[in-house]
Amino acid sequence: MGNPLKIIKNGIIDENPTFIQVIGMCPTLAVTSSAINGVGMGVSTAAVLICANVAIALLRKIIPDKVRIPAFVVVIASFVTIVQFLLQAYMPALNDALGLYIPLIVVNCLILGRAEAYASKNSAIDSFFDGIGMGLGFTIALGVLGLVREFIGSGTAFGMQILPEAFPQTLIFIMAPGAFLTLGFLMALLNHFKNKKSA
Amino acid sequence: MVQPNLIMLVLAAIFVNNYILSQFLGICPFFGVSKKVETAAGMGAAVIFVMSLAAAITYFVYNLILVPLEIKYLYNIAFILVIAALVQLVEMFLKKSSPSLYQALGVYLPLITTNCAVLGVAVVNMQRNYTFIASVLNGFGGAVGFALAIILFAGIRERIEFNNIPKAFLGFPIALVAATLMSIAFLGFQGLITL
Repeated sequence: MGNPLKIIKNGIIDENPTFIQVIGMCPTLAVTSSAINGVGMGVSTAAVLICANVAIALLRKIIPDKVRIPAFVVVIASFVTIVQFLLQAYMPALNDALGLYIPLIVVNCLILGRAEAYASKNSAIDSFFDGIGMGLGFTIALGVLGLVREFIGSGTAFGMQILPEAFPQTLIFIMAPGAFLTLGFLMALLNHFKNKKSA
Repeated sequence: MVQPNLIMLVLAAIFVNNYILSQFLGICPFFGVSKKVETAAGMGAAVIFVMSLAAAITYFVYNLILVPLEIKYLYNIAFILVIAALVQLVEMFLKKSSPSLYQALGVYLPLITTNCAVLGVAVVNMQRNYTFIASVLNGFGGAVGFALAIILFAGIRERIEFNNIPKAFLGFPIALVAATLMSIAFLGFQGLITL
């Protein structure tokens, strides 16, 4: 069994799903028009990821190798359906904001990728911590992206007014192009620091 | 059942609600296989084929199986299974009947299972309660929009290679900035058609 803290740190920093591995891009770009939506999507995905990781790790010796991908997909889809019901019942506002992207968690390559690369080869406990680490890394990335876009695009942070109302709002940042632009610049910033470190 | 103006529906799916540039569906293959125009065109063709077929089959699965049995809430599991099976079938069929096309599409076929645009179009058709023809055309139009965007983007990326890019922007960041500009261009279509 690996060191839990190490596995979690690996997911948040060394192999951050968004900034390092660049997987699971669709929800990353689509729902981060505000910080709350970004974090909500991150937490929903993390919940599915943790449950799916544990379930797949427990089933890994039973599932035949040839049908493993369809089997993984069914496990993931079941958990997504559960999360969707929970959101509909307890957080209808968030459910409406995320809309189509909730059922689409099924095809988030992050979850299937971790199932294939980690959970199908490691114990349930390790997979649980891997799910937490990757889930947190994903949530943080979406939260940061949402925060930057919300701050520039509508002058708020988590719904609270930060910039004065009269301050011009750069609407393009909460529209589609802003998602590509913000992520591109955040990644360039990270690269810049990495280059400095290694130089 | 809803059936909007079919020509408008296709045009809207291609330009106004472009799956990649305004809905953010299918981003993974968009960045993953857009380094060369030929591979991008192969991916685009495969997606057009699978997405039109998937829109048709999920329509029947939903209206002939899930609705009569009153298990609509299982749509997500049913759709993803149908799409995975469909991709597998298409792969086997092409391998037997048209090896040259199979060779050309190569690894892109299995990747389509995790292309969220395919599942996305099935869910959208269900939510909007489209008729059979509207569902298929919505899938076809969306896929054509996908192909258009990925081919244009591959053309841009091929040219980016020859430019002098700041070190921090090498690789993904510059691709994202290029996608931003394309997305702004497609914003021009907004409001052209309202369904």
